[in-house]
Amino acid sequence: MMEPEQVKRLIESGLDGSFAEVSGDGQHFQAVVVCPAFEGQPLLARHRLVNEAVREQMDSGALHALSLTRLLTPAEWDQQQG
Amino acid sequence: MDEVQQAIKQQVEAHPVILFMKGTPQFPQCGFSMRASQALAGCEVEYAYVNVLEDERIRQGIKEFGNWPTIPQLYVGGELVGGCDIILQMYESGELQTLCKSAMENAQNA
Repeated sequence: MMEPEQVKRLIESGLDGSFAEVSGDGQHFQAVVVCPAFEGQPLLARHRLVNEAVREQMDSGALHALSLTRLLTPAEWDQQQG
Repeated sequence: MDEVQQAIKQQVEAHPVILFMKGTPQFPQCGFSMRASQALAGCEVEYAYVNVLEDERIRQGIKEFGNWPTIPQLYVGGELVGGCDIILQMYESGELQTLCKSAMENAQNA
């Protein structure tokens, strides 16, 4: 069982310069991730980058379900805040 | 490529729109598979599905095939589109409907 804060740290440490907002109940988590490496990448590739950051915990079953609701570049994030 | 990977490849190539899911569209056995199949139903195309709970080898094999850690997985035109989050986002933006319809048309004209 993991805390949202642990999932957040996992994502942020796996992706340089990223920021993650994670909520969840210990079983199912939802995350919004802002990361410079998403630039020029389609949605599928962005998901793969985040999946890679949490792969170990996914494989071990420590992390069961992680919904990636928004995966944005810093520029896209700024626009959304507009 | 082993037997299971071959079988999956065949399925994915035979059907322009195919969802690998837990359960069936009528009786989904996981919330993510349910939402994915509902989005596809909303696209108004005839899609194929595989219930991975019926075959443990497919259930594991599809993760390797798509290099994707979770189920459901949607393939359109032989390519992995993504899992539940991507399916829902593309449905909401209208991209999924367009993608599925053009894949069906391409298959009919082939």
